[in-house]
Amino acid sequence: MGDLQAKTIHELADLLASGNCGAVEITSDVLAAVDARNDGLNAYISLDAEQALADARSADDARAKGDTRPFLGIPIAVKDVLNIKGQTCTCASAILKGYRSPYDATCIANLRRAGFHFVGRLNMDEFAMGGSTENSTYGPARNPRNSEYVTGGSSGGSAAAVAGEIAVAAIGSDTGGSIRQPASFCGCVGLKPTYGRVSRYGLVAFASSLDQVGPLTRDVIDSAILLEHLSGHDPMDSTSIDQPVPEFGADASTSLKGMRLGMPKEYFVDGMDPDVEKAVRDAVDVCAYLGAEIVDVSLPHTEYAIAVYYIIATAEASSNLARFDGVRYGARISGDDPIDLYGKTRLAGFGNEVKRRIILGTYVLSSGYYDAYYLRAQKVRTLLRRDFEGAFGRCDAIVAPVAPSAAFKIGEKVNNPLQMYLGDLLTVPANLAGIPGISVPCGLTGEGLPIGLQILGPDFGEKTILKVAHAYEQANG
Amino acid sequence: MKKAVSYEPTVGLEVHVQLKTNTKIWCGCPNRYGISPNTDICPVCLGYPGALPVLNARAVELTVRTGLLLGCDINRYSKWDRKNYFYPDMPKNFQISQYDLPLCVGGGLDIEVEGERKRVNLTRIHLEEDVAKNTHYPGRSVIDFNRAGTPLMEIVTEPDLSTADEAMAFLLALKEMLSYGEISDCNLEEGNIRCDINCSVRLAGAEELGTKAEIKNMNTFKGVHRALSYEIKRQTTEVQRGGEVVQETRRWDDGGGMTQSMRTKEYAHDYRYFPEPDLVPVRLEEKAIEQIRSELPEMPASRRLRFVESYGLPAYDAGVLVAEKEVADFFEAVAGICSNYKTISNWIMTELLRAISDSGQGLSDSSITPENLAGLIGLVDGKKVNMAGAKDVFQVLFEEGGDPAAIVETKGLSQVSDEGAIESFVDQAIQENEKSANDVREGNDKALQHLVGQVMRLSRGKANPQVVLLLLREKLKN
Amino acid sequence: MNNEKLENEGAMDVDHMAHLARMYLDPEQVAEFKNQLGEVLRYVEKLQELDLTGIEPTAHAIPVENVLRSDEVRPCLDHDAALGNAPSSFQGEFEVPSIID
Repeated sequence: MGDLQAKTIHELADLLASGNCGAVEITSDVLAAVDARNDGLNAYISLDAEQALADARSADDARAKGDTRPFLGIPIAVKDVLNIKGQTCTCASAILKGYRSPYDATCIANLRRAGFHFVGRLNMDEFAMGGSTENSTYGPARNPRNSEYVTGGSSGGSAAAVAGEIAVAAIGSDTGGSIRQPASFCGCVGLKPTYGRVSRYGLVAFASSLDQVGPLTRDVIDSAILLEHLSGHDPMDSTSIDQPVPEFGADASTSLKGMRLGMPKEYFVDGMDPDVEKAVRDAVDVCAYLGAEIVDVSLPHTEYAIAVYYIIATAEASSNLARFDGVRYGARISGDDPIDLYGKTRLAGFGNEVKRRIILGTYVLSSGYYDAYYLRAQKVRTLLRRDFEGAFGRCDAIVAPVAPSAAFKIGEKVNNPLQMYLGDLLTVPANLAGIPGISVPCGLTGEGLPIGLQILGPDFGEKTILKVAHAYEQANG
Repeated sequence: MKKAVSYEPTVGLEVHVQLKTNTKIWCGCPNRYGISPNTDICPVCLGYPGALPVLNARAVELTVRTGLLLGCDINRYSKWDRKNYFYPDMPKNFQISQYDLPLCVGGGLDIEVEGERKRVNLTRIHLEEDVAKNTHYPGRSVIDFNRAGTPLMEIVTEPDLSTADEAMAFLLALKEMLSYGEISDCNLEEGNIRCDINCSVRLAGAEELGTKAEIKNMNTFKGVHRALSYEIKRQTTEVQRGGEVVQETRRWDDGGGMTQSMRTKEYAHDYRYFPEPDLVPVRLEEKAIEQIRSELPEMPASRRLRFVESYGLPAYDAGVLVAEKEVADFFEAVAGICSNYKTISNWIMTELLRAISDSGQGLSDSSITPENLAGLIGLVDGKKVNMAGAKDVFQVLFEEGGDPAAIVETKGLSQVSDEGAIESFVDQAIQENEKSANDVREGNDKALQHLVGQVMRLSRGKANPQVVLLLLREKLKN
Repeated sequence: MNNEKLENEGAMDVDHMAHLARMYLDPEQVAEFKNQLGEVLRYVEKLQELDLTGIEPTAHAIPVENVLRSDEVRPCLDHDAALGNAPSSFQGEFEVPSIID
């Protein structure tokens, strides 16, 4: 058994171009690795091995006939939240059992055009609601570093598969940190693009004004490659931005001279894990060594971010999930009349966390409470965005921790929703403001659990954050 | 005995109009009727996971056009909101609509009832999506999503209406405008126009309105008239005997001739409106509005005036011709070729409208073209065929189309005008009808008509009636 | 859209919310959610501290306007593909238990 699935996209592209390996070999190695190690990680929910090999063979045939696309035949795994024609899409929920996508998400079609093919559906918190991938109908995903620990979430399966080297790379989604935080907990690179950079058409919606699709990879160059191919204006998504897609990985230099990096004091919170704080501060020192000027910035409304997020996200989710009613697709438990059908289907089909958020979201929109909760939260959201606009007047990118702690034990927080929510403090602001963010590994805790460095950029500033991330990654060895 | 206290009704309407666009409001599925169930569907209008809406520009144009025609203020900035509720005909279990910033506000429409003119003011016009179609069978209900996502314009009136006749007049005037404006096909059988009625009664002269009841989903104008007549009476009777009108939703039962409370329906809805995150607001520039204004089709009132002034037609003719846009268009097309405007008008008012009515179809389903009618009129003027023959030709043109001159030939309808040819028939008729001939010599004009008829019969309808008359008069001169 | 109302700080009528969301809940869930969400609601009270005079709400993080498409027909979904996902169908239509109006 080879180890091609442990290589990066750009390494595989080189091997494919030089004829040193074929797509079938790569895919076979992925399948073998999944076979051997997925049980311990529970990263994959499903995988169609036959289809995967058939796609790989087609890619090899095409290459033999002269198709020179560099990424032709490279297999990517996908969080079970994106529609891929002909594949199941469960969102780790019982309510979507049996659903088969009749269409491709636009970002998937984009990757397909670049030659990638899709192998396996990855575990996640149900409907992307969670920070640990414990809220899955298929059981929790396990941290590759230590199987008693969570992977983080909601793209936990994605991070575990990538960090655990049973996928070449993965596509996940980030609504409140769901790419960055599991990347940080598992030890891989995770990027959330600017809101509107990547089309949401085909992404099962959690919170429409916050969701973005993004890559989880083993290095920054891979992240840049995938981002470039995922991105682009989509006429099927009204919130998709009409901005040209730059070559994100173009700047290969590793000097940060001339860059100003802001450190927000509000992100170094009381009660933070000292290992995490130290690793992040050390990482910032490395950036300074690479030539960056470190400045203090303030994001004064950070302490309100969780409250704002859990009002807006749950409100939008409560509405987005209303379509799961057993009528047109998915699972159904029949009833005496439609209302009975809805009641029974949704009782049986949704897990507790999803139910909780639907209830909360319904409440903050309900008659008499809209102004006090939803409207107020949208106003504070404006203040959060202004905080960033102010900070980016004094720096080119912000460097900070991804989460106040590293991975925790499976089962530790599952009965305390509020505690779970508080872990999102440092990631939700970027979603609320719409700005891009990346997590890149920067160390381990005393227990050997990974820690991530978060780099945030201004609107459409992915090139900047990738530059910083890449430079740091190269320096860190 | 207690004297009955007088109550006056207050009525408002919410009219839902399906717009005449090629595609649905949020997706590119065709917007049409009568197609096999669940054909015109896609992930968007089926509410599939991951699907997103994108606004149809034409739907906005037609709504702004309606606003301009109704004298509304067009909101330069308007936005979309989610109206959250569950029902099997709802693909997403929320409807994308407009809550606080609709496309149009204000405006109004003038109506006339029994010679009295009245202005019916509007509150607003907004754009939203239509729901799917439920059909009920014993033990099950089924849903067809072809209609889901059809662009639906909601026109809300102020409670300015007072009687069922006024409501009817309003709906008819609105329908004429929408049809002329090419905004909607206004086909009631296809559900293009539906309305909800809000009705309350109050003491005559009172300031405050009474409690209102709502009658939902009326899809014929006659039904509206019947339902409203009943409901006004029901409410009046109720309050007159000391009872109360309950604020509720009612359904019109046409068979039973009464409105009924929809007791099982949840009408205390909490719609939890919030701004639609998947759509962005619409900002209308002056230029865009002016462009729409410049493209406004001519409305009935101005067209009637123009028909009188430009074509010299009597007001009555203008009224009849303009009543249906297709017919008025046809007139103008013929008038572009042939300048016998009054003759054209006569042909249309008598032959064409009758043929349309008899055939049970519309003008566009017939085969006759404006060139056909112009040609036929030319043949009559040129005395190539007489009126009786021309009417036969007309019928052929209506049913099959073709060339008028050729049809005249084929059917042997060519008019005979040659005096020599006709003379023998005239002589024969005089000979065979001695009594009538004598009556004519004595000045009886009726007998003359009889003889004309005889000559026409002998000539198998081909003789030129004017020539016949001339010859008869000559020969029977005293 | 609605008047500000902060009755019963932290208390929530979970049953009514579940009804609005057309979702049955087990009695244990109702009790559990009431506690857990009560805690969350008390936490979000901190938003009341802020003076928001003159602050506009952010409906869209990146402000965009006028995204419209032309009125042209695009390919539809295959009828069988759509009905194929239906839990229950009848003669080409989606089937549900009888709707009582």
